[in-house]
Amino acid sequence: MKYVDEFRDGKLARGLTRALHAAVRPDRHYRFMEFCGGHTHAIARYGIEGLLPENLHLIHGPGCPVCVLPIGRIDSALELALERRVTLCTYADVMRVPASGRMSLLQARAHGADVRMVYSTLDALRIARAEAEREVVFLAIGFETTTPPTAAAIRQAAALGLENFSVFCNHVLTPAAIASILESPEVRKLGTVPLDGFIGPAHVSTVIGSQPYEFFAEEYRKPVVIAGFEPLDVMQAILMLVQQVNEGRSEVENEFSRAVTVTGNEKAKALVAEVFELRRSFDWRGLGTLPYSALRIKQAYRAFDAETRFALGYCPVPDARGCECGAILRGVRRPTECRLFGTVCTPENPIGSCMVSAEGACAAHYTYSRGDARRERRVS
Amino acid sequence: MQVVELGPGEMAIVDAGGVRKEISLALVEDVAVGDYVILHVGYALQKLDEDEARRTLELFAQFGGLGAPAAP
Ligand code: SF4
Repeated sequence: MKYVDEFRDGKLARGLTRALHAAVRPDRHYRFMEFCGGHTHAIARYGIEGLLPENLHLIHGPGCPVCVLPIGRIDSALELALERRVTLCTYADVMRVPASGRMSLLQARAHGADVRMVYSTLDALRIARAEAEREVVFLAIGFETTTPPTAAAIRQAAALGLENFSVFCNHVLTPAAIASILESPEVRKLGTVPLDGFIGPAHVSTVIGSQPYEFFAEEYRKPVVIAGFEPLDVMQAILMLVQQVNEGRSEVENEFSRAVTVTGNEKAKALVAEVFELRRSFDWRGLGTLPYSALRIKQAYRAFDAETRFALGYCPVPDARGCECGAILRGVRRPTECRLFGTVCTPENPIGSCMVSAEGACAAHYTYSRGDARRERRVS
Repeated sequence: MQVVELGPGEMAIVDAGGVRKEISLALVEDVAVGDYVILHVGYALQKLDEDEARRTLELFAQFGGLGAPAAP
């Protein structure tokens, strides 16, 4: 496919690998966090860690949308499906996340709940229109990439006067999560997770632009390079980060200039602002309760807010015993450091959310690089 | 993914490696047939800038030491 295959070209990859090895200084370590789950997936899938110099380390961040959704929120969705008997529509990955009592939405379906996988919010709208006698709830999750599609669906539902459609909104904000990583005592404490820079997300940045990262570059002196989601994009972004570190710069640079502008997608941002407002605080898996880190539906669109319509409460629930998802999402542990990894917890039988989605750090490690990718895939 | 057909109601058909897919253009502006878009959960999130794509590929080649000319 055009503009995809070129960004996976092996010959260019070898060139970039050489350039990267030449650029790193042997007398120091480089630690970069890839914020986005899409990058975690690409890094594992294309064996990028195996191409990196020994002293360059990638740390997985909290940007896997399914992973950061806390159990209590899935419990609410289960309540909607099992007790309120609504038709619950959501993206595929969410359905497999175990909640309280290890029950997932998929298992709820086996127990007779009407849970449906949708590819897009458009599918959920279609279901609501076709089945007017059903209460249809879309379980919305994700960062700034999935928020505009949810906003578009709510506005369309309003335009159509759909009375049986509502949204259980769990949309969260990337800058808030980055700030929490940088403010985390574990990260601040010297020697735990010293970060030298961030690989900025691809899809998220197409919407929010490069501007929101400037704060991190200035305030925390951390370079940010926004990267596309193909392997060469990631390699190039790492090279640009190394150069910034070597030169003592901390700037926002944009490797994904073919799709990311400074201000992002104004139309999508305006739509989000019309439909959503900030929540005062929101509970994240792994990161805890973060102020102004998530969105809720505005008063004007309240008729479409499942939380109000079904008077949903929120009850925090601790993660499964032994599961290290929280520490993994903060970048302080690696998947292989979890005792359950690959034995008790596998993609077929996940214990925590990080083993569910292909963007989850545990699932990505399990699928593509069990053992040490570095030793197995050394490329000269 | 390339837009191959514009439909009614802000919908469009894209070609995804030989497969035709219906997507929404509700979140983007001024997309025409032939344009490439970044797609996510059934919606185009952004139009792809082909000049920038070429520039990035040139950059890869330059950093990779393959001697392709780079823009100043
Ligand atoms: S391997 Fe499973 S149990 Fe361990 S941290 Fe990952 S998801 Fe949680």
